[in-house]
Amino acid sequence: MTFLHGIAASNGIAIAKAYRLVEPDLSFEKMTIEDAAAEVDRFRNAMKKSKSELGAIRDRAKVDLGADKAAIFEAHLLVLTDPELNGPIEDKIQSEKMNAESALKETADMFIMMFEQMDNDYMKERAADIRDVTKRVLAHLLGVQLVNPSMIAEEVIIVAEDLTPSDTAQLNRQFVKGFTTNIGGRTSHSAIMARSMEIPAVVGTKTATEAINNGDLVVVDGLKGEVHINPTPEQVEQYRKVHEDYEAQKAEWAKLVNEATISADNHHVELAANIGTPKDLKGVIENGGEGVGLYRTEFLYMGRDQLPTEEEQFESYKAVLEGMTGKPVVVRTLDIGGDKELPYLDLPKEMNPFLGFRAIRLCLEEQDIFRTQLRALLRASSYGNLKIMFPMIATLDEFRAAKAILEEEKQKLQTEGQKVADKIELGIMVEIPSTAVLADQFAKEVDFFSIGTNDLIQYTMAADRMNQRVSYLYQPYNPSILRLVKMVIDAAHAEGKWAGMCGEMAGDETAVPILLGLGLDEFSMSATSILRARSLIKNLKKSDMEMLAQKALNMQTTTQVVDAVNSAITRN
Amino acid sequence: MAEKQFKVIDETGIHARPATLLVQTASRFDSEINLEYKSKKVNLKSIMGVMSLGIGQGAEIKISAEGNDANDALNALEETLKKEGLAE
Repeated sequence: MTFLHGIAASNGIAIAKAYRLVEPDLSFEKMTIEDAAAEVDRFRNAMKKSKSELGAIRDRAKVDLGADKAAIFEAHLLVLTDPELNGPIEDKIQSEKMNAESALKETADMFIMMFEQMDNDYMKERAADIRDVTKRVLAHLLGVQLVNPSMIAEEVIIVAEDLTPSDTAQLNRQFVKGFTTNIGGRTSHSAIMARSMEIPAVVGTKTATEAINNGDLVVVDGLKGEVHINPTPEQVEQYRKVHEDYEAQKAEWAKLVNEATISADNHHVELAANIGTPKDLKGVIENGGEGVGLYRTEFLYMGRDQLPTEEEQFESYKAVLEGMTGKPVVVRTLDIGGDKELPYLDLPKEMNPFLGFRAIRLCLEEQDIFRTQLRALLRASSYGNLKIMFPMIATLDEFRAAKAILEEEKQKLQTEGQKVADKIELGIMVEIPSTAVLADQFAKEVDFFSIGTNDLIQYTMAADRMNQRVSYLYQPYNPSILRLVKMVIDAAHAEGKWAGMCGEMAGDETAVPILLGLGLDEFSMSATSILRARSLIKNLKKSDMEMLAQKALNMQTTTQVVDAVNSAITRN
Repeated sequence: MAEKQFKVIDETGIHARPATLLVQTASRFDSEINLEYKSKKVNLKSIMGVMSLGIGQGAEIKISAEGNDANDALNALEETLKKEGLAE
């Protein structure tokens, strides 16, 4: 099979060799050995190889990530050469005639258990370091190759079951030309990451890791959602042509970079970008973003082993606000829980994490975490046009409680003589149906709404967006969703407030015409979608789209809505 | 045998980075070097041993060294502790 079909998660075409980010099989059996001396040699040899490998990883990390981040590998090297680890292993081989794999595992497990049982969270985390190091030695003993994404030194397409935030953090952006994964959809982390890295991706192929071998030439067609394995030279040529056409189209869109987003009948809307870190600002500016509609602050908390300090957060928020030079920046307070875990918080596992203790629910309970973030935000507020929004608000009481905490911190800062902006708009994400339904009441107290469609759809349809088998229920154009969106927009306008949208739907070519018709004020999307959306809106009349939206609201199925949009757009 | 007492002043105690530095320093010497905290004694050349003590701010620790370069080792460790602002 040379073709795989999946979900087009990030536009463009990439052609490169495959790099499988797949863990090798590290299973083995416990055995008694004959020649203990030879076994010790085998063990020492595996240690030596692991040591030189880790040394290389450390050196590379020093160059790519700086000495600070490389320090973890320095610690790993010490674990590897730890006399308290090596001594007992060699003892077991010699006195118990145990094979090296088992001796290593048993000894390391003892240390892992010891660290896991310590009551300090930081020390508990060290168990992971020992596991990591042990895995490397074990791989060498078994003669298999561990994946070392940080060591990639040529252009590659990453092939994986799925990509976690820590996987992508390790990838060298210079060499990764595209992704393809077995699972995931347009809103999974890997897809969002690919769009922010501006590289093509096809996710949800189901079989990429089975079908693709290391070194295969792979084409990731992020326009069609296809992966082509080992194409002929003629086919590669064709793909290059499509790629060039796409680049030309992009160049055409790029002419709109400094233009405002105005419909054919002169109605202005704001096209903003979703970002995760200050590093993403470059893409926002290059793609003509009129603001940041969603700054996901979770990334500040991820890929580390303790909470970020107020100062670290302040620096990031300030960098984003200054980088946007007075344009609006909507910062979402910590949205952790659900599919986004923080190991160092040590939160209990839940049966239904998406319906559980997450986001504002967690922040109202763990107030130290929340207050630190709010202080950092308030201090940064004088460096630009900051708007703050709370995620996962289900009731007005939650909004009021969060607002009260914010006011308290504001007063404290002012008493301390710190500068805080006079006017900071305060809004909420509308992603829970209860809030959408009661939007008219919320609108009296909030300054704005931002509709988070990824979650709003999953909660409205009662369909876990991580579960492939119910993915057919992820229906952004379902009239039920459109009606909820309309309720929110109308409620905002009735109180003279504005309504935005920061889910995937806001940049979707089929949804944009309807949203324009429904009166959405701000569309926040992946930076790479902005110019295409601007070009689309320029050719639409808002008055026509109002009629289209009205029709769509009274339709019965998603298919009818999609058909209606398609015929309306081609008519224009 | 040479030994010396210190008080940990770093607010996060002896976590990964400082432990790394101490073990790296200790490993340069032939002497047997131990770290004692709350009457638990570990090999200071063992990162896992050092970290397993979970030494926090304010802890009173004792470092002892035995061997031909014991004094040099102790001096070097003291220098590391002070230079990094870990202990006094």
